[in-house]
Amino acid sequence: MLERIEAIRAEAAAAIAGAGGSAELEELRVRYLGRKAELTGVLRGIAELPQEERGQVGGAANRARKELEALLEARGEALGASELESQLATDRVDVTLPGAPPRPVGHPHLIARTTRLIEDTMVGLGYHVAEGPEIEHDYYNFTALNHPPGHPARMLQDTFYVQSHPDVLLRTHTSPMQVRSMEAKPPPIFVVVPGKVYRRDSDATHSPMFHQVEGLAIAAGLTLADLQGTLLAMCRALFGGDRQLRLRPHFFPFTEPSVEVDVSCFQCGGSGELARGERCNLCKGQGWIEILGAGMVDPNVLGFVEPHGYDPEQVQGFAFGIGVERVAMLRHGVPDLRRFFDNDVRMLEQFS
Amino acid sequence: MRVPYSWLREYCDPGMDPAALADRLVMTGTEVERIETIGPSSAEGFVVGKVVSCEKHPKADRLSACIVDTGDGERPIVCGAPNVAAGQTVAVALPGATMPNGMKLRKAKLRGLPSEGMILAADELELGDDHEGIMELDPSFAAGTPLGEALPLGEAVLEIEVTPNRSDCFGVHGVAREVHAISGAPLAADPWADDAPADGKREASDYASVAVEVPELCPRFTARVFTDVTIGPSPLWLQARLAAAGQRPINNVVDITNYVMLLTAQPLHAFDLDKVPGGELIVRTASEGEKMTTLDGVERTFDAETVLVCDRNGPSGIAGIMGGQVSEVSEATTRVLLEVACWNGTNILRTSRMLGLRSEASARFEKQLHPALCIRAQRIASRLLVELCGAKMVPGTIDVAAEIPEPRQLTLRGERVSGLLGMTISQGEQKTYLERLGFAAEPDGEDLQVTVPPDRHYDVTREVDLIEEVARVHGIDEHLPTTLPSTGEAVGGLSREQRLRRRAEDGLRDLGFDQVVGWSFTDSGEAERLRIPSDDPRANPVLLANPLSEEQSAMRTTLLGSLLEIAARNVARGTDALALFESARVYLTDLPTGRNYPHMEENRPVDPLAGHFAGDQPAPFVEPQRLAAIGVGSLAQRSWRGGGAAADFFELKGVAEALAAGLGAELAFAPAEEPFLHPGRAATISVGGSSIGWLGEVHPLVCRSWDLDAAVAFELDLAPLIAAATLGEETYEDVTTFPAVYQDLAVVVPAETPASAVREAIISAGGDLLQAADVFDLYEGEQVGEGRKSLALNLEFRASDRTLTDEEVAGLRERIEAKLGEIGGTLRG
Repeated sequence: MLERIEAIRAEAAAAIAGAGGSAELEELRVRYLGRKAELTGVLRGIAELPQEERGQVGGAANRARKELEALLEARGEALGASELESQLATDRVDVTLPGAPPRPVGHPHLIARTTRLIEDTMVGLGYHVAEGPEIEHDYYNFTALNHPPGHPARMLQDTFYVQSHPDVLLRTHTSPMQVRSMEAKPPPIFVVVPGKVYRRDSDATHSPMFHQVEGLAIAAGLTLADLQGTLLAMCRALFGGDRQLRLRPHFFPFTEPSVEVDVSCFQCGGSGELARGERCNLCKGQGWIEILGAGMVDPNVLGFVEPHGYDPEQVQGFAFGIGVERVAMLRHGVPDLRRFFDNDVRMLEQFS
Repeated sequence: MRVPYSWLREYCDPGMDPAALADRLVMTGTEVERIETIGPSSAEGFVVGKVVSCEKHPKADRLSACIVDTGDGERPIVCGAPNVAAGQTVAVALPGATMPNGMKLRKAKLRGLPSEGMILAADELELGDDHEGIMELDPSFAAGTPLGEALPLGEAVLEIEVTPNRSDCFGVHGVAREVHAISGAPLAADPWADDAPADGKREASDYASVAVEVPELCPRFTARVFTDVTIGPSPLWLQARLAAAGQRPINNVVDITNYVMLLTAQPLHAFDLDKVPGGELIVRTASEGEKMTTLDGVERTFDAETVLVCDRNGPSGIAGIMGGQVSEVSEATTRVLLEVACWNGTNILRTSRMLGLRSEASARFEKQLHPALCIRAQRIASRLLVELCGAKMVPGTIDVAAEIPEPRQLTLRGERVSGLLGMTISQGEQKTYLERLGFAAEPDGEDLQVTVPPDRHYDVTREVDLIEEVARVHGIDEHLPTTLPSTGEAVGGLSREQRLRRRAEDGLRDLGFDQVVGWSFTDSGEAERLRIPSDDPRANPVLLANPLSEEQSAMRTTLLGSLLEIAARNVARGTDALALFESARVYLTDLPTGRNYPHMEENRPVDPLAGHFAGDQPAPFVEPQRLAAIGVGSLAQRSWRGGGAAADFFELKGVAEALAAGLGAELAFAPAEEPFLHPGRAATISVGGSSIGWLGEVHPLVCRSWDLDAAVAFELDLAPLIAAATLGEETYEDVTTFPAVYQDLAVVVPAETPASAVREAIISAGGDLLQAADVFDLYEGEQVGEGRKSLALNLEFRASDRTLTDEEVAGLRERIEAKLGEIGGTLRG
C-alpha cells in the first residue's frame, strides 16, 4: 500500500509539473485529489485497514495529499502568471487614439467674470454688494441724484422711458442704488452695486445695454484722499500692482467735487511708447487710460436721505461708477463692445 | 467750444505752448479734446505782396497775368481770381511754401505763362470758406513782410469740451479767466469796460419798444438801436477768428453778434429795425400751432410753451434759439436793433428739444445765463458796430428786467476744505484761487466770506462748490494724498443669496454650459413666436416709449427667447452642439398665473433675486432673477468611442437636478404644459410644493421659428431655489457606526403611473429607516404585459442607533408592498 501511495504521488507530481495550462491542472486536481481519486479512496478506506497499518498508511497518504496540494497551487500560480502575460500581450490598444473626452466644462461670460472680480476686490475692502431695479423711478435715477428737471442728462435721446409710465425709465446708471441703499440703512455704508444699465445710444462705442459697478461709501470724515486710495487699490487689483492713478477734476451732477480717473497704461507702463518706439495703441500714446468717474457725494444727494440719518454736516463720502465692458475690453484686448452681446461660442470659450 | 489760441492770449497769455496749456487745463477740470492747427504748418514762403501790374492772360479768359512785388524782387504770377487788380496788397505763397492741404508749391507754367507763386484767397489759408476772390490786405504792410504779421497763420485752436455747469467757458473770455486762475498769468482788463460813444438826440426808446409778457421766462431783455449801419464783409482779422472758432463769416453785423457771443458766452441777436413795424417787440408764449420760418429757411410750428419775440404782426424770432427770416439783417439794412436778452434755461432746453433745433445760442441759454451778462455783451458789440460798420449808436438802452438776482454770498469754512478733501490748502491760497476766478473773498477768522460773480451764479451755489474750485486750481493730481478709509464696524461680504447664485452659475458652468448675456430688450412679437397666448402675462411685457427699434421695444418676460436667438446664431455660424445658460432678470407687468410666487409677495424682506430691492419705494415692475439653460445637439463631446446623441428631456433634467443638488436642494417634477414646449415632454419644476419654473423639449414649431432642429431647455426662479438650498447649513450625520442594508425592489405598475408616485409610496411606507429609494431601471414589454411597466429601485435602510435585523427589514418591505398595492403595483420576481 505504501508503494502504491508513493507511485500515485510520483505520477501526480510528474503530471502536475508537466501541466500546460490551468484547465489541465484542474483536471489533474480532480483526478488525483477529487472525490473519486485513488488517494482519496485510500484515505477513506483507512478505517478498514488493520490497526497496525493505519498509522503508517494514513500518514503517508496525508503527506502525499498535502504535497500534491502544494504542488498544484504552486503550479497553478506559475501557470496563471504566464497565462495572464500572454492574455495581456494580446489585449493591446492603440495608445495613439485620442483620450475619451471628459464632459466639457462650460465658460463664464467675460462680463460676469469681470463683475465678480470687481465685486470681490471691493468686498475685500469692506464693501457689501447691493442690487437694484433696472426699471426704475425717475426719482431715483435723476431727481434724488441732483439732476434737477431740465438737466441735459435727462434728454430724451439718452434715456429709455416706459410706455404709459412717464416717470418710469430704464436706469441710465447704477447710481439710483446710492439713494435706495441709504434709505435702507443708516451710515456708515460701504456698498458696491453691479448691474445692467441702459442708454439710448448704439454705435461702435455705445451699446444700448451695458454693465456698471457703482461704489458708495458714506461715514463720518471720509475724504477725497480716501476716494483716491480706494480707487488706487481697486485699479491695482484690476490692472496690476504697479498702476498709478490720475484724478482730473470733472463735473457730475451728483458728486462735488467730481473727478475723472485715469489709470497708467499697463501696456506701455505709462510712457505712451512701446519697445521699438511705436506709439502705444492701448492708451493712444497718452500713457493714461480713462477708466471711471467718481467724486464726493453731493450734499444735495445726502439731503434727499437726510431723514434716514444722512446729515451732510455729519457724514460725507464718495461714489464712483466703473464700466464693466471697458474693464473687460482693456484687460483682455476685446476690440469691440458689441462682441460681448454676440455670445459667439468661439469667443465665449476663449475665457475660462 | 473752439478757442483760437491767439484770441485767448489777447486776454491771458500763460507763456506756454498750446500743448502745455492743454495739459494744465485738463488737469484742472477743463477737458481739451484736441488741438487743431489751422492754416499752413510752417509760415515759411508766405509773404505780403504788391500787385504791380495785372493783365488778361492771352490764352485764358478767366486768368490774369500779374507781376507781383514780393520784397525780394518782382515775379510773374498767374491768378484765377476775378477781383485781382494792380495796386492791391495781397497774400502770396512763394515756390517752396507748403499749403495747409500739404501741397508744396513749385514754379509752374499756366497755359504757357510762367507763374512763380500763388495769390491767396481766404479759404486757401483756412481763414474762412471764402473762395470768391483773393484777400486784400491792409496797404500799410510792405512787400516781403512775413505774412504771419498781417494774418493769423498756423493758428492753434483748442477744442474744449465744456461741462454743463460751466456756462462761462462757452466764451473765450471765460476760458481766459480759467487760464489766469490756473497759471497765474495776468488777465487783461475786462473787454466790456468801455462802452461805445452814443450819437444823436433821440433815445433808443423813440425808435423801439419792448414788452415782456412772460417775465418768468425772460428775466431780462435789453435792446440798443444803431443807425447809419453799412453792411459789408467783416475785416479779415474778424473773419479769421470766426472761422477758427468754427463760425462762417456772413456780414459785419451778424459777424459781430457771433464774435461777441464767442467772446462772452452771451448770445445776441440783430434785427433789421426797418423790418420791425413801429419798432415794437413783444415777448410772449406762442399759441399752439403758431408758425414761423427761421433763418435757416425751415418753417417751424410752436407749442404753447415756446417763447417768441414778436412784432406787431406775429413771430419775428424764437427766443434764445434762432431768429426769423422776417427781420433778418440783409445787404439793405441801415438801422439795427441789437437784442441781448436772458432767457429761462429750462424752457430753452425744452423748446429746442421739442423743435429738434439746437443752435449756438440755445446751447448757451439752456445752461441758464445771468441777467447781468446782457450789458457786457451790449457794450462790446456796440463798440464794434460803431468801429466796423460805421454805425451811430442811439443814446439809451431799452432794458426790461425782472428782478436781477443779488450776488450770492457764501461762507467757506477752513476746516471744511481740509475735512472734505483730506489735504490742506492755506487760507491765502484759497483766497488767491477764488479771486483769480473772479470771486471776491474776504478772510473771516479761519473762514472766507465769498461773493460769487454773475457768470458763476448758477454754478457755485454752496460751500462745497467753492471747495471744488479751490481744490482743482490748487491741483488735485499734484497734491492729494492717497489714503484708505477705515470702514469701522462695517464688514464686507456677499449675502447668502449672492454666494449661492454664484454657486448655481458655477454649477451650470461645471456641468458643461457656457454663460451668455442676452439683451434685456426683445421684439414685442416674441411672445407670439413662443406661442404664448395673448392672455398670458408673459405676452404683456413692459414696453419702451422710445425704443431704438421694434426688435428692442419690449422687456423680456422669459430668458428662453434670447437663448433660442443666441443658439440659432451660433448654429448658423456652424456649431452643431451648444450648451448655454444665462443668469439674468426678466421683467413682469403682472405675476404669472398658475405659478406660486410667495417670494414675490409685497412686504417681503429685501431679496434682490426676488425683485425686492432696498429703498422706500418698491420697484415699478417685478424683476425676478432667473436661471435658464438650453441644450442643442449633444451635450457630451462625440468621440471614436461613441457619444453624440442629442440632448433630450432627461439629459437636461439630470443637469437641473445636479444643479439643485449642488445647492443642497431637491427639485420635484410634474407633467405640465407650456405653450412653447413639447406637450408630452414638459415638466413644471417645483421646490417645497411651489412651482419655480419649467423644463422640457422645446416645441418643434418654436424651434422651427428660430431655425433650430431641436432644443431642450429649462428656466427657473433663483430666489425660491436658493431659499430652499441647505448648502452651508448641513449638520453631521453618523454613517459609520451601524451598517446599512441595501435591497433591490422591482414593482409592476400601470404604465401611466408616474415614477414619482411609486417612489412616494415607497418612501411613505419606508418611514425614517428608509434612507434612499432610487429608480435604476425601467422595463416595458412582454414580460409585464400590455399597459404596464416595471420599475426597479434600489432601497437603502439604515438606523442610526442599531444594526437593522432581517426581520425589521422584511417588515418594512411588507409595508412597502402593501402601500404599492394601493396604487395598483405588484412586486415582481
